[in-house]
Amino acid sequence: MNGVPLVYFIGLAVILFSLGAAGVLIRKNALVVFMSLELMFNAANLLFITFANHYQSLDGQILVIFVLATAAAEVAVGLALMVAIFKSKRSIDVDQMNSLKG
Amino acid sequence: MTTEFILFAIVALTAISAAAAMLLSRNAVYSALFLILNFLAVAVFYLTLGAPFIALAQITVYAGAIMILFLFVIMLLGAEKLKELDPVKWQRPAAIIITLLLAAEGTYAAFGKLDKTLVTKPFTGTLADPVSIGTVLFDKYALPFEITSVILLVAVIGAVVLSKAEKKEGEK
Repeated sequence: MNGVPLVYFIGLAVILFSLGAAGVLIRKNALVVFMSLELMFNAANLLFITFANHYQSLDGQILVIFVLATAAAEVAVGLALMVAIFKSKRSIDVDQMNSLKG
Repeated sequence: MTTEFILFAIVALTAISAAAAMLLSRNAVYSALFLILNFLAVAVFYLTLGAPFIALAQITVYAGAIMILFLFVIMLLGAEKLKELDPVKWQRPAAIIITLLLAAEGTYAAFGKLDKTLVTKPFTGTLADPVSIGTVLFDKYALPFEITSVILLVAVIGAVVLSKAEKKEGEK
């Protein structure tokens, strides 16, 4: 995709990140909140790749690999937490998670 | 209106509408499927920006592994639909205002300062094939790579401990 202005990609990443942030703030289903987090990761990755292209350097692409690995770890722990919370509360509505004691 | 621009517009529209549909779906399974569509659209961008390895890693790791895990947990818990109770009335308008502020700030940062004549170019530096990515990863980024392995190990142990502790309590 040669010749597309860089600002278009940055604008797209801004839109995707904002949609992810809106999802975290609006949705009540904890799993959808998690998916919105993934969307924000994705927007950040798109920026990394865009600037890797701009600077003609592989460093941005390597950073995306680290973000992928960290996101995988985060999802594994997060979903285990979801299952544990569901077992004790019988719901994964984020508004129900208002006490520290299970 | 070059071919590149038309391709960009189509894929960007797909990505944005998939993200919006994920946000608005009542059913969490539909949300997960729309998010997979969004990941695929972004993978197309990676391909065209000269990152074929990352594009395919995105498809296998995100769309293949992470989202399947999401779908598995959604169906395991039967959490497709929640009764959307609304204890905090001003939450939705406040969230929309905050998001718009964030978007405005990002737009200002992107379009206010940056040189608008910059365009993406064919990736000519080191070609982003698996060999050169591996060389950089194991040479310049060897220490972060090792730390990543520790993070993954901790995540595995955390997931095991979290699902084990609940079982013990149930047995007592």
